[in-house]
Amino acid sequence: MDRTLFEKIWQHHLVEKLDDGAALIYIDRVFLHERTGSIALKSLAADQRPVVSPEHVFCTMDHIVDTLVGRGDNTQVPSGKNFILATREACIDAKIKLFDVTDPQQGIVHVVSPELGIVQPGATLVCPDSHTCSQGALGALAWGIGSSEAEHALATKTLRVSKPKTMKVNFNGELGFGVSAKDMILYLIAAYGAAGGAGYVIEFCGEAVTGLDIEARLTLCNMAVEFSAFTGLVAPDDKAIEYLKGREYAPKGALWTQAVTFWQSLFTDEHAQFDKVIDIDCAGIGPTITWGNSPQHACAVDASVPHIDKNATENQRKAMQRAYEYMGLSPGTPLKGLPIGAAFIGSCTNSRLSDLRLAAKVLTGRKVAPGVNAICVPGSTTVKRQAEAEGLDKIFIDAGFEWREAGCSMCFFAGGESFAYRQRVVTSTNRNFESRQGPETRSHLASPATVAACAIAGCIADVREYL
Amino acid sequence: MEKFTVHQGVAAPMLQINIDTDAIIPSREMKLVSKQGLGEGLFAGWRYTLPNGREPSPDFVLNQAQYEGTSILLAGDNFGCGSSREHAVWALKEYGIKAIFASGFGSIFYHNCIRNGILPVVLQNDQVLVLAKQVQRDPQVCQLNVNLVDCYVSVLDTKNDKGKDANEGLSFPFSILPAQQAMLLEGLDGIALTLKSKSKIENFKHTYQAQYPWLA
Ligand code: SF4
Repeated sequence: MDRTLFEKIWQHHLVEKLDDGAALIYIDRVFLHERTGSIALKSLAADQRPVVSPEHVFCTMDHIVDTLVGRGDNTQVPSGKNFILATREACIDAKIKLFDVTDPQQGIVHVVSPELGIVQPGATLVCPDSHTCSQGALGALAWGIGSSEAEHALATKTLRVSKPKTMKVNFNGELGFGVSAKDMILYLIAAYGAAGGAGYVIEFCGEAVTGLDIEARLTLCNMAVEFSAFTGLVAPDDKAIEYLKGREYAPKGALWTQAVTFWQSLFTDEHAQFDKVIDIDCAGIGPTITWGNSPQHACAVDASVPHIDKNATENQRKAMQRAYEYMGLSPGTPLKGLPIGAAFIGSCTNSRLSDLRLAAKVLTGRKVAPGVNAICVPGSTTVKRQAEAEGLDKIFIDAGFEWREAGCSMCFFAGGESFAYRQRVVTSTNRNFESRQGPETRSHLASPATVAACAIAGCIADVREYL
Repeated sequence: MEKFTVHQGVAAPMLQINIDTDAIIPSREMKLVSKQGLGEGLFAGWRYTLPNGREPSPDFVLNQAQYEGTSILLAGDNFGCGSSREHAVWALKEYGIKAIFASGFGSIFYHNCIRNGILPVVLQNDQVLVLAKQVQRDPQVCQLNVNLVDCYVSVLDTKNDKGKDANEGLSFPFSILPAQQAMLLEGLDGIALTLKSKSKIENFKHTYQAQYPWLA
């Protein structure tokens, strides 16, 4: 019988069907970070449960660590140092590979894992972090879990999982000028709502998806969780194989050949059935930006803040009103031209080399508008070094951007560094939730190229005018 | 883990859609490398007048006298979306929340609830609204009775319904996957349960590693 890609990976990892209707799924790799991983490891140790395959577990310092040049274990997050120290100690005790604060391979977990070839096609990978779905870009089944489930995976090499339904999202046609993977995913979430993918594992398909390079696919899959999906994935093709070749943790020699043969079998069979199919015509997607406090509040950058739909339920109405109020906007206001106070390029969504290259293209020979606090935080130390080797850092710095060390940084506010109270920020991150980037900070999500254009303009701007 | 079988308590409506885990527990409130000490930070952004203050904001539902002792939440769609932080559930638990009704949940949050003995129930949105309307008449008196053994929730007027069966008044059935129901009813520790299959996992691993040696 014809099967979907997800079904194949699921079957390969099915240890047993459980009496209670769930399945016991074998987990190939676990990734941890200092914010949630330290608690999981500590709690396991307290219960005297060993990590069964420490060689398959990795950990990085990304969430709490400072991104200022010259950083160490001290961090501006109150009591953040405790998380860093506890993580280091727990990793040593459990014999887990840690990408520590000053490690040349340190960085955001979802940037580091593909970059080092830790995530691989057809593998299962979990991490106590919701954006683990990013890693589905390489054809892996990768999903975010809580700390208790991380303990379960570490102690048993398996998880008890209820099987998700399957959805196929076809991005048909070609992407327009100045349109990127970030615009595609924002468009999808706006069209079907932030809960549109609830209960589904999503396979992203269509010419526009196969046309994306791996880094852009990582951006696309990154926000599957913002669509409430179990996870997202893309069938591994030659680009994925080419991407992994030679990476540190990717197979080598005879194992490589064997792996590639297997990876080439990882696709959805022609007549396989999905529980749901969505078709998107890419011709309708322009540079996209959010205007409200949910990722579903996204629209074309040259549109206006939408009015409340006349068929909206009371709850939806209230949500819209809250969004207007929180963002300090009224319906009908054009987004283009709204003055901004800050611009942020970074996060697991958009901080890879290709993202920085695109932003640098916009910034070359230009200056950030006066009064705009512009910051670039590469996703990993590796990305940072590569960007510096290409001279991208100079372009950012000359334009007036701060150039930081790698980490999550101001993607989220943990009581340390943040954007200003009610400041309007255009950001390449994935969450515009209330106070996500600072006390009542007003975040507008967009592609890194759009962020760069807005930084130059000093207001929300259409990147196509800067390319 | 504590078992969940039947629970009766005060229910509070928080009907906004898309309440995310950042709102349930702001990151700045996650101060300790621990699952404890989080109850005070629950909904901190809405609950207190200032971001780092502790002065209760009178507008916030859980601060209102009629909702004192709330142990059940009636929520809007997609409750608990966003960040995977289990701290959201630990904070709810420490505060005393035992069950949450919504037309949909963030999937990681949903699982985190089950793992920590909180019952997340999916009902249709209009059913949640009906329950909210009922309890709002007098939250301390019109409580909810949640029965996980027989899978229903009913409104119980603690003043006038004395002696009646819990399911006599307005009630809605709900469904939950058997796996999740069993975890909650028995208060099971998932790890201990899975370790019963240890030899099966070992055997599986053996075959698996032979077939996919590059992942071994
Ligand atoms: S960059 Fe932001 S979204 Fe990504 S893992 Fe870090 S905090 Fe989470």
